[in-house]
Amino acid sequence: MPFKIIASQCTSCSACEPLCPNVAISEKGGNFVIEAAKCSECVGHFDEPQCAAACPVDNTCVVDRALPRYQAPV
Amino acid sequence: MQSITEHKGCRASAKTGRASCGSQAGRGDLPVEIWERVKNHPCYSEDAHHHYARMHVAVAPACNIQCNYCNRKYDCANESRPGVVSEKLTPEQAVRKVIAVATTIPQMTVLGIAGPGDALANPAKTFKTLALVTEAAPDIKLCLSTNGLALPDYVDTIVRAKVDHVTITINMVDPEIGAKIYPWIFFNHKRYTGIEAARILTNRQLQGLEMLSERGILCKINSVMIPNINDDHLVEVNKAVTSRGAFLHNIMPLISVPEHGTAFGLNGQRGPTAQELKTLQDACEGKINMMRHCRQCRADAVGLLGEDRSAEFTSDQVMKMDVHYDLEMRKAYQKRVENERVSKVAAGQKELAGVSGEMSAITVLVAVATKGSGLINEHFGHANEFQLYELSTSGAKFVGLRRVEGYCQAGYGEEDRLSVIMRDIRDCHAVFVAKIGGCPKSGLIKAGIEPVDQFAYEYIEKSTIAWFRAYVGKVKRGEIQHVQRGVPPRWPGDRISAA
Ligand code: SF4
Ligand code: SF4
Ligand code: SF4
Repeated sequence: MPFKIIASQCTSCSACEPLCPNVAISEKGGNFVIEAAKCSECVGHFDEPQCAAACPVDNTCVVDRALPRYQAPV
Repeated sequence: MQSITEHKGCRASAKTGRASCGSQAGRGDLPVEIWERVKNHPCYSEDAHHHYARMHVAVAPACNIQCNYCNRKYDCANESRPGVVSEKLTPEQAVRKVIAVATTIPQMTVLGIAGPGDALANPAKTFKTLALVTEAAPDIKLCLSTNGLALPDYVDTIVRAKVDHVTITINMVDPEIGAKIYPWIFFNHKRYTGIEAARILTNRQLQGLEMLSERGILCKINSVMIPNINDDHLVEVNKAVTSRGAFLHNIMPLISVPEHGTAFGLNGQRGPTAQELKTLQDACEGKINMMRHCRQCRADAVGLLGEDRSAEFTSDQVMKMDVHYDLEMRKAYQKRVENERVSKVAAGQKELAGVSGEMSAITVLVAVATKGSGLINEHFGHANEFQLYELSTSGAKFVGLRRVEGYCQAGYGEEDRLSVIMRDIRDCHAVFVAKIGGCPKSGLIKAGIEPVDQFAYEYIEKSTIAWFRAYVGKVKRGEIQHVQRGVPPRWPGDRISAA
């Protein structure tokens, strides 16, 4: 459940929104946000996370390392 | 674009137009049915842009490729001027705005969807807007602009939506060159980079162009001229698109400054000089009409080319306006404009008949200050662009625009402002204005540019040809000597480095 959009870099272009297979992305007050609980990293749907692949600003749709799954030691 | 004007001339005055028809033959004269479709389109017909207005609505923010001359914080640099941001609209807001503008500006005949991103990367919003407009204002022509990547998938939808014209931005037909312009594309749920990305893009663009041509949709090709990357190659592009049925090619200069934050802006890629641009346009002319009056307007531009009234039609204002669509009023207005165009062309033809007997190899460039309608109707001091006409015994040919930017802003003294203008039109023999003050007048004369104000509020073609006739006469009688003027200035985008 790990992608998030860095709000300060997002241009609100909406490119990511219709691409998400889980309808996890929506516009909230002019900003695009990912609902973490719905995001599957596109696993099972596509080879690449669609939001990150389509986003015109590098490193704006990124893995949210604040989430528990990424904090656990490997 | 002269051929379009001339074409009109032929039809307007079947007999008197002969001389110029003959001399224009082979310059890609448009078939009658195409002329009928483009004659009121300000972007497609140089003559129409004096009389008719277009508007863009910014309903398409997303894009599916990345161009090195675009910073996606701003509008699509393919279709708009780089570095501007448009107010994003929903389809419903957009149609309200269209009706408000159409009611206020009866010469608005064309609606375009050109971003801020790619019209076809936002298919739902784009086609919804077109459908709503068709319903509310059926006389408005529709056009859209695209980078072409998604085009083959939407050809049927475009035909069904009754789109008249499509603009495709094609900067290369060679993937090796494409790789230097496009860092990546997003296609079939995957991001492609490098030569592979460029190969997919060029194949899709050309396929889409062919499909549209087959369906009888007029296609204009935009190309951004990027020195040392695709400048020579654009001649190839011109051939490739001509053979696939494009009817107009618009080569635009790369506008590149670091402030826009584009890849090219940041790595110091320069734009072409005005002369380089003109040379390339000339090299491509012949097989296809070249467009020379493009202002690279913004995605929410409103009004005649070169003017932007978008500030009058922000969402807030549009919501407050009483929008009632008056088709009859619009038709009456357009009829008046048609009559005026016919008399304008006839006047020019008549004047031309006077010089066509003269044998003279002289060609001179002149600058004209105009606000539209084909008239010399702008004051020298108010002009922020000049139209350039090349005069010869075969007539007055519109060859481009010179923007004189910056000088209106605070911080420039009167003196500076004049020298900026003089630098920007230093390859011209004369400048035609509605009015000019004493100071700039003597400054221009000193610089060897003749200020001409005796044709104030008269037709451009007729007046410039009359002046040219007198000029050639003076040269013949030995009163003056014809000299070639200096080299043209660099493109405004380059001014920072040039100054
Ligand atoms: S990674 Fe995939 S599932 Fe997650 S938000 Fe992005 S598009 Fe949706
Ligand atoms: S694609 Fe990127 S820039 Fe555009 S809305 Fe989504 S996160 Fe923002
Ligand atoms: S197609 Fe237009 S919006 Fe998309 S990246 Fe290129 S210039 Fe920008």
